[in-house]
Amino acid sequence: MSFMADTDTLLSVNDLKVHFPRGKAGWGRPAEVVKAVDGVSFQVRRGSTLAVVGESGSGKTTTALAVMRLAPITGGHVQLGDTQLGTLEGEALRQARSRMQIIFQDPFSSLNPRERAGAAVRAPLELMKIGTPAERTQRVAELFEAVGLRPEQQQLFPHQFSGGQRQRINIARALATNPELVVCDEPVSALDIAIRAQILNLLARLQRELGLTYLFISHDMAVVEHICDDIAVMYLGQIVERAPRRSFFARPLHPYSVALMSAVPTVSGGRRRAAQRIKLTGDPPSPIDPPAGCRFAGRCPVAEPACKAELPPLREVAPDHWVRCRRVEIVQGRPQPPLHLQPA
Amino acid sequence: MPATSSNQPLLRVQDLHVEFRTRRGQAQVLNGVDFEIRGGETLCVVGESGCGKSMTALALLRLIPSPPGRISGGRVLFQEEDLLKAGEARMREVRGNRISMIFQEPMTSLNPVFTVGDQIAESLQLHAGMNVQAARTRAIEMLRQVGIPAPERRVDEYPHQLSGGMRQRVMIAMALACRPDILIADEPTTALDVTVQAQIFDLLRELQREKGTAILLITHDMGAVAEMADRVMVMYAGRVIEQGTTAQVLGEPSHPYTRGLIECLPELGSSTASDEREALPEIAGMVPSIWELGSGCAFRERCPHAMERCATEVPPMFEVPSAVVPLHAAMPHGAACWLHAAPQPHKLKEAA
Repeated sequence: MSFMADTDTLLSVNDLKVHFPRGKAGWGRPAEVVKAVDGVSFQVRRGSTLAVVGESGSGKTTTALAVMRLAPITGGHVQLGDTQLGTLEGEALRQARSRMQIIFQDPFSSLNPRERAGAAVRAPLELMKIGTPAERTQRVAELFEAVGLRPEQQQLFPHQFSGGQRQRINIARALATNPELVVCDEPVSALDIAIRAQILNLLARLQRELGLTYLFISHDMAVVEHICDDIAVMYLGQIVERAPRRSFFARPLHPYSVALMSAVPTVSGGRRRAAQRIKLTGDPPSPIDPPAGCRFAGRCPVAEPACKAELPPLREVAPDHWVRCRRVEIVQGRPQPPLHLQPA
Repeated sequence: MPATSSNQPLLRVQDLHVEFRTRRGQAQVLNGVDFEIRGGETLCVVGESGCGKSMTALALLRLIPSPPGRISGGRVLFQEEDLLKAGEARMREVRGNRISMIFQEPMTSLNPVFTVGDQIAESLQLHAGMNVQAARTRAIEMLRQVGIPAPERRVDEYPHQLSGGMRQRVMIAMALACRPDILIADEPTTALDVTVQAQIFDLLRELQREKGTAILLITHDMGAVAEMADRVMVMYAGRVIEQGTTAQVLGEPSHPYTRGLIECLPELGSSTASDEREALPEIAGMVPSIWELGSGCAFRERCPHAMERCATEVPPMFEVPSAVVPLHAAMPHGAACWLHAAPQPHKLKEAA
């Protein structure tokens, strides 16, 4: 298992904040602010996959959009290679976009229903003026083959494809400009289970062949475990745990991570696993007014009064394994989670 | 009141056929579906898009849009009464009262302009003949039972004021208000976070224990099946292709499609198994369109074991010898696959 090396870093995100003002300021009352992303930092090594997981309201999708400059950055830095993405504007930003592309969750709404599949994949080449027209035709043909579609399917419209096939078109389109970074926003969640395997295998193969770097957003822990090299767990706008794949899945440390893992039903675990599940009560607090201390303390089965007093910092408790919990202690050189995952 | 005997099937569906009229002709959406539900048990229906699982649920309650759809054959015997022959007035007595349904998207299933209390009370007033005050009291009680905190306040809120998980709880409250015998849940947690899904599954199991409601759970999540189901039926292209207890179907999947579905899923624990990232086993190809089914087994084009026979004859449901003792001798483990025909074929049902 390799460690994060600075020279190898493609994407570096530092204290990223995305705050959305909501409504107008009232009489003697400032405008409400939705703190969707509230101080997120991570690095992604070239050629690897960082999975960002979390539930609704965690800020994982907004983080991905902010990296792509599709959501406004309120604070912090995003660096792609040597380029500071946060400060780019105009033509420089437009050019930078060819280095980072995104595959969205919904294969239906991400394609223009009036544009043939071939034209959709060709569009980035036209917009970025890449190659001659003949070269673009060749490239589109190559991309179709790379994603497992037949050349004659270039003439079809999106509605003539299945969900899985549409996602293949989306992948082909994302690869058109030879990007370094591909953000995958829940790329298989909307697909049937048998098709998920095909698309996940395709994404893995393309990563190996083209040296792609993935930022993989998901809420599906089993898929994440299969595909990621490193994982970051988000809760209410912040990272609560960040670790390499093996380290995390062998022993998740943050109580929320443990609860999340425990919630996933498995075929082998069945009812036994359900009976031992860690039960979380209630809903997450509002991102408009996050609590002052640990944001998970209100629902945490092992929270102590001190947890609510102060927001714990992200601490490195094992090589590259960071956790935002004051109750994780290091005993005989190994971090101990305050809440244990029951064996299935 | 739910059926007291758990040996007599509460619901027996026999040879159900549903077709839709389209410009290209009659599309056979359900091609002879058979199954039973017993009182107090959970039967999971598993399959991918287009297999007919949602259509089966709608057919039970005669909710198939007609035209263009049509139940073209079969029987739906609910406590020995054929619902397909019942009049609309009788169906209104059954829906929401004896057989209820909850759907995938709680936001679009709840009426946005009525309070959640009013929506729960509606079925109580309609079916149980309660007056407004009594229905409101019971609605608050139902909200409490489904785990909504401060129900006396929430009862007057509108759906948009609740989170997705809460809305699904309201749907469950509405569906169970009249103590139905059967609850049909069509992918009730697909749109919800996994921690919320866990809460909803807990709630369904608890309510089932207390009220003895049978649950027909439609899902594509094999983990959910393992957790919730007593019995499972797997559907493909409008037919049931495997059925049995959860232990039988998940533990000894006998139809190549079922095996493919189980094997192609990544499961938790893959990182501890090995550092090598192997490709997931795939089921080749795609579900055929309704017009491409042709004769024979609909799965043949994707099946690694396809034989000549598979192209010309639809396999009937064969009994699969099982190491696991079946719950009921009348309901053994069955797979509709020619692989199980030899050497001593025991047909459970003639192919449609």
